[in-house]
Amino acid sequence: MVDIVFLALAAVSIGASVIALEAREIVYGAVALGVSFLGLAGFFIILDAPFVALFQITVYVGAVVVLILFTVMLIRREKGVKTPAAWERGVGIVAAAVLAIGMGSVAFASGLQTWVAPQGVQVSFREIGVQLLTQYWPILLILGLVLASAVMGALTLAKVEREEK
Amino acid sequence: MPHGFEPLLDYFIVSTILFAIGVYGLVTKRNALRMLFAIEIIINAANLNFVAFSRYLTNPNVTGQTFALFSIALAAAEAAVGLAIIILVFRVNREIDVLELRRLRG
Repeated sequence: MVDIVFLALAAVSIGASVIALEAREIVYGAVALGVSFLGLAGFFIILDAPFVALFQITVYVGAVVVLILFTVMLIRREKGVKTPAAWERGVGIVAAAVLAIGMGSVAFASGLQTWVAPQGVQVSFREIGVQLLTQYWPILLILGLVLASAVMGALTLAKVEREEK
Repeated sequence: MPHGFEPLLDYFIVSTILFAIGVYGLVTKRNALRMLFAIEIIINAANLNFVAFSRYLTNPNVTGQTFALFSIALAAAEAAVGLAIIILVFRVNREIDVLELRRLRG
């Protein structure tokens, strides 16, 4: 018995991902990418992870997709990019199918279908904060440095390009 | 019946399909922006696995969610730098077709 909500979320996220890659206009592709991220946020909600779902919506749909949309507006050059030839598309489809079938068969062989979520157990997202500040504080620190350096790097790239102009 | 109690295999199948779509995009697309889309889809498939597996442990804990948060933050940094590089390359070369950018080819 498969849950209807699960099926709907799977259809939305997988379909929107395909549209994101295959849409003729890249603007529609960016919007479809946002829809796919929203579908994954729905998965996180039914997996008892509302904090991750909200983080996903804030960071991905709120920041990354908007950033991508701005970039798409700045770069209006979709016409010049050649569409892949038929054999390139075939190679991609074969590579994806081999990966999917291989990983799927490994999962079937490992007996993953017998794993069922323990019922009646509530995972409190307060523990995320505890873990972040006790067990994983070095990761948090390094992640802050990585984000800061990423922002500085992006600003530096943009600045160099403005001087050149 | 509460939602989200399918066998773990269902989540794994969705995650595998997303990963395969991302690999397909990385292999076939020549537009740098579309390749960035594919990378984001792959990262999302990995995040789904983190959260699903941590929920399905015998004693569910939040470690998978914590690592999914780390991964989301890293993906945001990666997207910022990647988009800046794409804009810079476009300004210099007027081109985002990765097969046409041959200046660094040895």
